Amino acid sequence: MPAAPGAGAAPRGPYRVASHGSALRVGLPAAALIVMLGLIFTMQPRAMSYFGLTVLLGFTLPAIFAAMAQMAVIAVGDIDLGIGPFISLINCIAATLLAQHPVLGWLALAALVALYAAMGALIHLRRLPSIVVTLGASFVWLGLALLVLPSPGGAPPAWLPALLGWHPPLLPLPVLASLLLAALGEFLLMHTSYGVVLRGIGGNPRAIERAGWSLLAGRMSLYALAGLSGVIAGLALTGLNTAGDATVGAQYTLISIAAVIVGGGEFVGGIVTPAGTVIGAWIMLLAGSLLSFLNISTDWQLSVQGGILIVVLGLRALNRWSGA
Amino acid sequence: MSGSIRAWLDARPWIWSFAAAVVVWLVTALVVQGRGMLATLAVALQFATFYAIVGIGQMLAIAAGPGNIDLSIPGVMTFAGYVAIGLMNGTNAGVVAGIAACAAIGVAAGVFNVGLIQGLRIPPMIGTLAAGFVFQSMATAYSHTTNAAPAPLLVAFSAARLLGVPLIALIFIVLTALVAVALGRSVFGRSVLAIGQNVQAARLAGLAVRRTLALVYLASAVLAAVAGMLLAAYSGGAALDMGSDYLLMSIAVVVLGGTAISGGQASPAGLWGAAILLDLVVTMLNVMHVGAGVRYLVTGIIIIGVLTLAKGRDQTT
Repeated sequence: MPAAPGAGAAPRGPYRVASHGSALRVGLPAAALIVMLGLIFTMQPRAMSYFGLTVLLGFTLPAIFAAMAQMAVIAVGDIDLGIGPFISLINCIAATLLAQHPVLGWLALAALVALYAAMGALIHLRRLPSIVVTLGASFVWLGLALLVLPSPGGAPPAWLPALLGWHPPLLPLPVLASLLLAALGEFLLMHTSYGVVLRGIGGNPRAIERAGWSLLAGRMSLYALAGLSGVIAGLALTGLNTAGDATVGAQYTLISIAAVIVGGGEFVGGIVTPAGTVIGAWIMLLAGSLLSFLNISTDWQLSVQGGILIVVLGLRALNRWSGA
Repeated sequence: MSGSIRAWLDARPWIWSFAAAVVVWLVTALVVQGRGMLATLAVALQFATFYAIVGIGQMLAIAAGPGNIDLSIPGVMTFAGYVAIGLMNGTNAGVVAGIAACAAIGVAAGVFNVGLIQGLRIPPMIGTLAAGFVFQSMATAYSHTTNAAPAPLLVAFSAARLLGVPLIALIFIVLTALVAVALGRSVFGRSVLAIGQNVQAARLAGLAVRRTLALVYLASAVLAAVAGMLLAAYSGGAALDMGSDYLLMSIAVVVLGGTAISGGQASPAGLWGAAILLDLVVTMLNVMHVGAGVRYLVTGIIIIGVLTLAKGRDQTT
C-alpha cells in the first residue's frame, strides 16, 4: 500500500511501468466516453457534424480547465472545494473590470493566481486540511465576486466571445482545445522531470524532500497551476455566457472533482492522469446532454453526476478486492 | 501563576469563541448605541441553533480523526426540509408525518453514507460530497411538486421563546451537554475520541471502530435532517439554497469552537460560542450597512485566520 505507483516507481512515466491498472485507468473512461458518444449519435445523428459537436460540447472549455485545476490540487493529495466559486469570481471580473480597465483586470487575475499559490503555501506551512481552507476560501471568492458584481450583468471585452466563437478548420474548438490540453498536461506532468517531482509530492513527500526538492515550492507550483487553470475556465465561461454572475460557477466544484476521479485519478498517492481528466470532464458534461436527449428532467443532473462518481469509486473498490 | 492560567485556558478551548462573540456583540452595541442588545442576542441565538445542530454531527465526524467529515449536510438539510414541510402541507394534522419523514430521511441518508464509506470504501470526503449532491437533486426534483407552508404548530415551536430565550436553543444546548457527557464518559464517546487519536491503536484495543464510525455518520445525517426541518419551519418554507452556507458553517463552528481539526479531541461547548460569534459578525456587518459581499468575505477570512492561528497553537504545545 505505501508503495503506491507514482511514488517509488521509475523516474519516468510510472503509468507505463505500473501493471494492468494503468491501462484500465485511462482505458475505462475512454471506453465509457465512446459508448456515451455512440448513444448520443444514435439518438441525435445531427450531433455527428462539425456544428453538431460544437453545440453538443458547448460548455466543454470551462469544464476541462476546471477539471485541470482540480487535478493539480488532487495531485498533491489535497482537494479544492472552492474552485466553483473561484470560477464565478473570474467570471465577474471578466465581465466588469477586464472590459472597463483591461490593465487592472489582468492585474486582478494575476493577483488571484498568486493568492492560489499563497493558499498552497498556507496549507503546507501550517499543515492545514485543504478541505477546510478551500471551503473558507470559497466564501472569500463568493464575497469578492459579489463586491465586483452585486447582481448578474456586465459584459466581457469583445475579444473574449470572439475567441470562444472561433471555428478552427477541421476540428470544432472544444475538441481541439481538449486534445491540446490533454497533450500539454500529459507532457508537463508525465514527461518532464519536475512533473514527476510534483506528482511525487502526493505519493511520497518524504522521498521527494530527501531528494532535495522543496515541498513548499512544489505545492505552491501546483496551486498556482490550479489558479491559472481556474482563471482560464472563468474566462472561457464568460466568453460563452457573455455576462457575469456571482454564482454561475458553483456546479464546477462537483464536475471538476468527478472528472479527475472518473478519469482515473485517486485521492491518495498523487495519482492523476491529465488525459483521463479531460475525458472525465467530457463524460460529466455528456451525462447532462444524455439526460436531456432521454427527456429526463435536468433536476436529476446532480444525481447522475454524483452517481457516476459513486459508481466509479465503487467499481474500483470491487476491483481492488478481487485483485487483492 | 501564568503557567496555571495557560493550563486552565488550554483545557477550555471553547473560551476563545465566547470571548470573541462578546467582543463582536459589544462592537455591535457601540454601532447601534446600545439599542435592543438583548433582542440582538436572542436572534443570534436563534440562528446559532441551526449552526450548532449540524455542528454537533460535524464535530463527532471531525473528532473521529483525519479523513472523517460529513459533506452531505446541506443536501440532507434541504431534502429533509422539503419533504417534511411538503407532508405537513400547512396543517397541524401533518406534523407527525412530516417529522417521521424527516427522521426517515435522516436515517436513510446516514445509512447511505455509511454504505458508501464502509461498504464501497469510498473516502468519506468524496462519498458524503457525492451523496450530498444526490440528496440535493432529489430535493430539486421534489420541490416542483410542492410549495407547501410548514405546520403552524412547528412554526410556533421553532420560534418559541422561554423567558426570552429561543426554546429550540435551550433544547439543543441540553443535547450538546449530553453529547459532551457522552464524549467523556460513554463507551461510544470515548471510542470516537480514541479512533480520532489513532485508529490503528483503537482497532488493536478491540474497540468497535466500524460501528462507532457508522453511528457518527448516522447521528450527523439525522441532526442535519432535523436542522433542515426546523430551519424550513422557522423561515416559513423550504428553499433550494437553504443549505448552501451550511457546508462551510458546520465545519467553521467546529473549528472555531476549539475542536482540533486533526481529530481525537472535541469541544462541544465551543460550537455555541462559535455559532453565536459567526451570527453576531453578520449582525454587526448588517448594522454597519455593508453588502452581502463583505459578509461572505469577512466570514471566510475569519475562518481561515482562526484555523491558521489555532493550528499553530496545537503545534507549540
